[in-house]
Amino acid sequence: MAPFISIKNISKKYGNFSAVDNVSFNLQKGELFSLLGPSGCGKTTLLRILAGFEVSNTGSFEIDGHDMDNVDPADRPVNIMFQHYALFPHMSVFNNISYGLRRTSLPKSEIKSRVEELLELVRLSGMSERKPKTLSGGQKQRVALARALARRPKLLLLDEPLAALDKKLRSDTQFEICKIQEQLGTTFIVVTHDQEEAMTLSTRIGVMNEGKLIQLGTPKEIYEQPQTSFVADFVGEISFLEAVVKENKNTHWLMQAAVPIYVSSDSNFNVGQKVKLALRPEKISLTSRPTGNINEFKVDILDFAFYGAGTQYRVIGPEGVKLKLYQSHNQPSKANSPMLKTGFVNFSPEAIIVLES
Amino acid sequence: MNYFFQRFGRQIVIWLPLAWLLLFFMLPLIEMINVSFSEARRAVPPYNPAFQFGPGGISFQPVVDNYYLIYEYWEDYLWPAVNSIRLAFFSTLYCLLFAYPMAWWIARSNKSLQHILLILVLMPFWTSSLLRMYALIGLLNPNGFINDILIWAGVTVIPIQMMQTDFSIYAGMVLTYLPLMILPLYASLVRLDGSIIEAAADLGARKWDIFKTIILPLSIPGIIAGSLLVFIPAVGEFVIPALLGGPEQLMLGKVIWTEFFRNRDWPVASAIAIILIAIIILPIVYARYQDKEGIS
Repeated sequence: MAPFISIKNISKKYGNFSAVDNVSFNLQKGELFSLLGPSGCGKTTLLRILAGFEVSNTGSFEIDGHDMDNVDPADRPVNIMFQHYALFPHMSVFNNISYGLRRTSLPKSEIKSRVEELLELVRLSGMSERKPKTLSGGQKQRVALARALARRPKLLLLDEPLAALDKKLRSDTQFEICKIQEQLGTTFIVVTHDQEEAMTLSTRIGVMNEGKLIQLGTPKEIYEQPQTSFVADFVGEISFLEAVVKENKNTHWLMQAAVPIYVSSDSNFNVGQKVKLALRPEKISLTSRPTGNINEFKVDILDFAFYGAGTQYRVIGPEGVKLKLYQSHNQPSKANSPMLKTGFVNFSPEAIIVLES
Repeated sequence: MNYFFQRFGRQIVIWLPLAWLLLFFMLPLIEMINVSFSEARRAVPPYNPAFQFGPGGISFQPVVDNYYLIYEYWEDYLWPAVNSIRLAFFSTLYCLLFAYPMAWWIARSNKSLQHILLILVLMPFWTSSLLRMYALIGLLNPNGFINDILIWAGVTVIPIQMMQTDFSIYAGMVLTYLPLMILPLYASLVRLDGSIIEAAADLGARKWDIFKTIILPLSIPGIIAGSLLVFIPAVGEFVIPALLGGPEQLMLGKVIWTEFFRNRDWPVASAIAIILIAIIILPIVYARYQDKEGIS
């Protein structure tokens, strides 16, 4: 099956600076795809290329088999929701949402009923005569979404859709965007620097850094199997251990970090090879007494932060190895006592991600 | 001292400019109203103040003769008034047409260039307006620079009459008042968020459509401010039409000047000035009143 959205070898240079560096990926119809990366990684530039505001130096962009290269932004079946919404301040909510429809040959009655439908969709019925400045942040965001959806684009681009909202509203809105996307079946590309937002929203994530697309996969793949230490570090909390491959023991590899560590991995390593071991905080357990686990060592507790549902610790082990770990409060544990100064950490060989050093 | 500023600092900041305005703007205006209701006489000053107080106590004897005179001879004043408003209106319009693209261009250039361009816009204010008018005469004269070039290029054989026409007056007006139009327009255009324009383009609007539906409506405050700044002084303008216009260009400014200095009839001159102010201010007050009504 031919991909619905095809992005091939897109590059954009400003002088010597590569904003977007040879990015390619395909999307199926109805996907909710996130471009995740730190600010300045080129994700917004890529979005602006797709919207038609910037022209790429090389590469092609096809929707449903149609090349978009020489298509004016006004004619692309692509709409964008801007980071700060860019609502027209002098127009009512109705006129904002209908702006795109009034540029088509649709009859007035049809436009009216479509706007009503959209207002219902974003739960703003009855607000059609309000001016943007009288709306709350969340309402503005929903008007912007309705306006961008009004022309029924084949591809909707969302630039940091939740960045301007406060935390509580953000999680509500996240689910709402997912719901609307599912309902309409429109293909979404969301640009975000917030890994949590990318994880919860998307069917697939593309992680970008310095203009390049580094890794593409489902949120689970990105989180559990990061391919580079950048991805591992950017998506979620993680601790790194420098290690050397010692020997292969049937099912496990023995690796020498500050302490010997057993790793379960399908990959092949050469003895003496330097690697980087990565550990997610929630995969590490903290106990007050040794448990006899295969990977276990004693640590001093540096500090901890209470998160309600759990506590995050920073601990220091032999030879100054620092780890971050997260203990869920789902069962009462002595280890969670703030009086604890030292303890034992353990983790299973399967929990360890091996990255190139 | 420190305590004094803490206690009264805010009051000083408010009252000092207010006192200035009262002293040098309000009082002269009140005095002018006073003169306009006074009786003319052959003396120094050449009027008998309607309101005065002194050693002889307070006296208040207003006369409406001056206004009545204008009413009686209204045809003599109507033409200069219409002419003034016509010239001011078209001067404002031409300023707007020239200033809008310039202000747009300045507002859309990068920050460092913006500063340079704004200084260039203000540069003409650094030389006397009178000097600039004489420079313009030097350009527009029948044997001036522009005609010299046109004759040399073979465009015309005899010099084109540019001085003492509407054209020369508008050239002088636009030259003088253009910065007053550019600055408020720039101020409203520079605040216009670029992503709003991109959003319109994204939603299917073409260039002219974007201008009509987004840029123009959002710059209306700048258009109004700039138009007032140009129109108000242009209505009363005396120097530019006197220097650049023909003798038939009778404007209110010229009429007031004649009443003051030729006829030495200060009360009538003041009355004309007051009427002129009323003509200018009443529409603005009305517009603002309408505006407030619209909001509530």
